[in-house]
Amino acid sequence: MAYFVQQLINGIALGSIYGLIAIGYTMVYGIIGMINFAHGDIFMVGAFIALIVFLALMSLGVTMIPLALLLVLLIAMLLTAVWGWTVERIAYRPLRESFRLAPLITAIGMSIVLQNFIQVAQGARVKPLQPVVTGGYVLFEQDGFSVNLSNIQILIVVTTLILMSVFWLIITRTALGRAQRACEQDRLMAALSGVNVDRTISLTFVLGASLAAVAGLLYLLYYGVIDFYIGFVAGIKAFTAAVFGGIGSLPGAMLGGLVIGLIETFWSAYFTIEYKDVAAFSILAIVLIFFPTGLLGRPEVEKV
Amino acid sequence: MSEKLLEIKKVTCCYGVLPILHGVSLDIRPGEIVALIGGNGAGKTTLMMTIFGRPRAKEGHILFDGEDVTQLPTHKIARLGIVQAPEGRRIFSRMTVLENLQMGAIISDDPAYFAKDLEHVYTLFPLLKARRYQRGGTLSGGEQQMLAIARALMGRPKLLLLDEPSLGLAPLIVKQIFAAIRALNADYGLTVFLVEQSAYHALRLAHRGYVMVNGRITMSGSGAELLGSPEVQAAYLEGGAQSAGQQGARP
Repeated sequence: MAYFVQQLINGIALGSIYGLIAIGYTMVYGIIGMINFAHGDIFMVGAFIALIVFLALMSLGVTMIPLALLLVLLIAMLLTAVWGWTVERIAYRPLRESFRLAPLITAIGMSIVLQNFIQVAQGARVKPLQPVVTGGYVLFEQDGFSVNLSNIQILIVVTTLILMSVFWLIITRTALGRAQRACEQDRLMAALSGVNVDRTISLTFVLGASLAAVAGLLYLLYYGVIDFYIGFVAGIKAFTAAVFGGIGSLPGAMLGGLVIGLIETFWSAYFTIEYKDVAAFSILAIVLIFFPTGLLGRPEVEKV
Repeated sequence: MSEKLLEIKKVTCCYGVLPILHGVSLDIRPGEIVALIGGNGAGKTTLMMTIFGRPRAKEGHILFDGEDVTQLPTHKIARLGIVQAPEGRRIFSRMTVLENLQMGAIISDDPAYFAKDLEHVYTLFPLLKARRYQRGGTLSGGEQQMLAIARALMGRPKLLLLDEPSLGLAPLIVKQIFAAIRALNADYGLTVFLVEQSAYHALRLAHRGYVMVNGRITMSGSGAELLGSPEVQAAYLEGGAQSAGQQGARP
């Protein structure tokens, strides 16, 4: 029981990170119907920016950890958003009227470019960060096994919850969110209603990238090491999460992230760690057989 | 304000290599209701969309209020105050009725108007008020058409474009919608450009009309003139007047 609860906590923390990345996939798919394969690498870039900013702040003498973290969070979100915006601007927008596969190919290209750029600019070796958020609570002990809830796990879940709520309010309650949903449903009608469609699409990339930056920072704090390749695996997982939850659906992305995180954690805990990815993807395949549109996805057909 | 609110000068446009419009010219003066009639595939809807640059005019110019809008991006054209209730209604089906109306208000772009305008469209179409928290996609065809027009009105249009407002609707609803258009024109001087296949109704409503055949304007004149013209009667009104008299059905 204690072991189970411990794995549940670990799974939720990991799943939150996947969920934050998955939002970027699902929103971009919702609005322009393409899979942004470079999104995982945007997450990686976000993690690197977070690391660099953090080290810079340390050397500038900002030693108050909460303040430093908040600054890192904001700066990383901002700078990563610029990356997300740039990728859309140079690799996807010129192909907007092209055939459907074209931006998919440039997306893979951008993914490789980002990976190689970071590899060349930052080196291929893993980059460590000394533990920043330490400590935690022992929830309870049973049969000599203690269940720990670490501060970093609390930070991850609380940050995710706050950002998701803010994000949800933006999408459902503000004019900006309405414009975003309008472009998702009918781009031409949105334009006829005076919405600047290109800008709204850019904004979607900006929002997705800034959430990926948060995921990057949390990943960095949680694992303590990053390298130029983390975006690939995490990206594939988060993409899986988005499909799992129903691509195009925001709550679906979050739910999918949690489910993938939990499957992976529990599989590693009870079976073999080597096969955790196989387990995650197998369950994805099985779910898609029974729910072709994902858990919370909606069918394509609509009443006209 | 210039003499002509909208001026279309010798506009040609194509879908790919397929030419649709061949040098179309027409103009609309402030306060008018102008109808464009013609058969299926004549290019009426294309002309409406060309005003918004979708597709762009290959040759010719489109002037709104004296300003050349031919090359402006679509949303900027809309923000000048040209609002369309397009073919097929294009309600945002996964948004509520209220959200659809909020989308319409983007063009008027003044929060001070919003409450007043909302009250106004609810008075015109009380049904929408009852359904304001319902999703657009769950409305019936007639309700969606009302919502499309209401959404357009929320933008305080200088020029309202209506593409086939009667399509697929029960005669009684068509009558209501046309009465609403007439009232808006009479009470507020709203300028309306109307595309219709249902030529009889459209010409009775309009001050002036144009007839389009195969991407060309073949006739123009006052609504009454066109209604009386033998060519129009033969081509678009055959049996239409009688059946319209009985039921308001389409010819």
